[in-house]
Amino acid sequence: MSSYLDMELLRFSTAGSVDDGKSTLIGRLLYDSKSIFEDQYEAIEQTSKKKGDEHVNLALLTDGLRSEREQGITIDVAYRYFATPKRKFIIADTPGHIQYTRNMVTGASTSNLSIILIDARKGIIEQTHRHTFIASLLGIPHVVFCINKMDLVDYSEETFEKIKKEVEAFASKLDVKDIHFIPISALKGDNVVNKSENMDWYKGSTLLYLLENIHIGSDHNHIDCRFPVQSVIRPHSDEFHDYRGYAGRIAGGVFKKGDKVIALPSGFSSKIKSIDTMDGELQEAYAPMSVSMTLEDEIDISRGDMIVRENNQPNVSQDVDVMICWLNDKPLQAGGKYAVKHTTNDARCIIKDVRYKIDINTLHRNEEDKNIGMNDIGRIAIRTTKPLYFDSYRRNRNTGSLIIIDEATHETVGAGMILT
Amino acid sequence: MQTYNLTHLKELESEAIYVIREVAAQFENPVLLFSGGKDSIVCAHLAKKAFYPAKLPFPLMHVDTGHNFPETIAFRDKFIKELGAELIVASVQESIDQGKVVEEKGFNASRNGLQTVTLLDGIEKHKFDAAMGGARRDEEKARAKERFFSHRDEFGQWDPKNQRPELWNIFNGFKNFGENFRVFPISNWTEMDVWQYILAEGIELPPLYFAHERECFVRDGVVMSTSKFIPQRDTEETKTMQVRFRTIGDMTCTGAVESDADTLEKIIEEVAATRTTERGTRSDDKRSEAAMEDRKRQGYF
Repeated sequence: MSSYLDMELLRFSTAGSVDDGKSTLIGRLLYDSKSIFEDQYEAIEQTSKKKGDEHVNLALLTDGLRSEREQGITIDVAYRYFATPKRKFIIADTPGHIQYTRNMVTGASTSNLSIILIDARKGIIEQTHRHTFIASLLGIPHVVFCINKMDLVDYSEETFEKIKKEVEAFASKLDVKDIHFIPISALKGDNVVNKSENMDWYKGSTLLYLLENIHIGSDHNHIDCRFPVQSVIRPHSDEFHDYRGYAGRIAGGVFKKGDKVIALPSGFSSKIKSIDTMDGELQEAYAPMSVSMTLEDEIDISRGDMIVRENNQPNVSQDVDVMICWLNDKPLQAGGKYAVKHTTNDARCIIKDVRYKIDINTLHRNEEDKNIGMNDIGRIAIRTTKPLYFDSYRRNRNTGSLIIIDEATHETVGAGMILT
Repeated sequence: MQTYNLTHLKELESEAIYVIREVAAQFENPVLLFSGGKDSIVCAHLAKKAFYPAKLPFPLMHVDTGHNFPETIAFRDKFIKELGAELIVASVQESIDQGKVVEEKGFNASRNGLQTVTLLDGIEKHKFDAAMGGARRDEEKARAKERFFSHRDEFGQWDPKNQRPELWNIFNGFKNFGENFRVFPISNWTEMDVWQYILAEGIELPPLYFAHERECFVRDGVVMSTSKFIPQRDTEETKTMQVRFRTIGDMTCTGAVESDADTLEKIIEEVAATRTTERGTRSDDKRSEAAMEDRKRQGYF
């Protein structure tokens, strides 16, 4: 009962091709961890019967929209929740085929961990490359390859080891920090929640055990202090007459009371006078906490500015190279102008150059075809109307990410990961 | 070495505060929808934390069906007074009087569906460009697809197949004149998270959430409170029961559960052990499989 105060939050996304058993795996996790309610189960049982399915189709749990259920496909990222006594989990369930890249990038952007499913009978296929590349591009700290349908290959250790070797060879070319392999059968339940009795040769942990115990304390950057200011709190009340708090969510590092800081872009320096919350003052604050800060000196700071440590400053530039994932039917216009959102900063930008497009199956950099359309990934150079204060995406996902918005339709058309 | 880790409740709190502050910064005239239910009470509490020690930079709006539990209204008025916020009441009765909507008839008549018109009218009348609410993705399958910042066209419609991708923690509140947003700061919270947070923060709730004795009757397996707003059939016998409410909508569509959980600790134990979803007692969701999706498309929360 009191243990809930010690629970951590793990966000993960799932990737798999059609028929890899992704929905079955999620259904299995929810079902075996007793996170499916009776009325939910009865509802999908009824629907399965109506459609003439032989088994209760656990995929129906995740398909929320009418047209998804009618067509039997998943259109959009759906979020699922479950908890064990140790952790609370948020699953970004990304669809396998329609607008694949766009949805996986969206789901992966907030994940600590990605589960990539491989059908043991088929081994590595083109899509495995794609999933791994996107996980690496989005800087997901932990990647778990679940070799699924082991029951259909007689729980063969050789098959598992062969696939594992192939993935390792491929992944070594990418920047993936922490990789795990688990042989499972989502349908039969082997090594998902309960340890398999069919694979004595596998000495590792079950998927749920891994999800519950994997170390996520280092997933945030606790080195480079970055505090993008969201708004300025000025109560104008008698009690807090001269109060001037800078409200925001810490994007990196650990700020302490008394720290010497400077504000960008003004460059004025000061010291942290207090770190405030409604529950009282804090001695220190770190990502991803929402706090408000007061400084010793009155300096001009407003939304979009960034408070950082004097001896550890971000890059400041109007010229930024970005790996972009395109999310819209209308292709990227080279030379075109767009709106940009980066931390709490708003700017406009011009697309100066398309350096290359990446073939996400072979990782080949194509410098000839520079047409970036829906679901394409490529490297571009942009120039912004005012300086951005950023780190590389590799170093900090909060200060290294930006979105590009079409100024006519206001749609989010590009997801950018800053390189330099 | 010290580890810098937030508990799940602190991380959810931090995320919600960030979202609420983004709304205040990105929109000119936001509003927080307040029903007097636990989710909107938690949202108001988070909003208070987001701007402390300043007051809320936006008003609260209650879409009032006129069929409330009296306990809800008493709680609402006390809560708003303590919060020191402005309350706007958008009345379904007024929409009926003005002939904008027609009251449903029959035993299962409810004003729940009529709320959408009143809500959209309220948004238009006060020129709100963002309406925050306490809807959660775990509540219902259509809501599982919602964004934090949910764009609505000038008719207040939701287009689930054409939503803006939402990446990292960067929220796109760009819109054309006349369009607006619905924003859901506690999207990622579950029913259990809400209860644990209420306990951890010592947040006060309307007494309806705690087990109490009440005159009830059973309809289609759902325990309903007797009320002048619900015509009872002769076969629907009134009896005194020990009940509490898991969710609070208006009296015509909110069912009770039999329970002796009269403290937060007991409620959390009950929620942990329960085998049915929170909205399982809501008749408004049961009208069809896509009932929520259809209402949301029209502008409902």
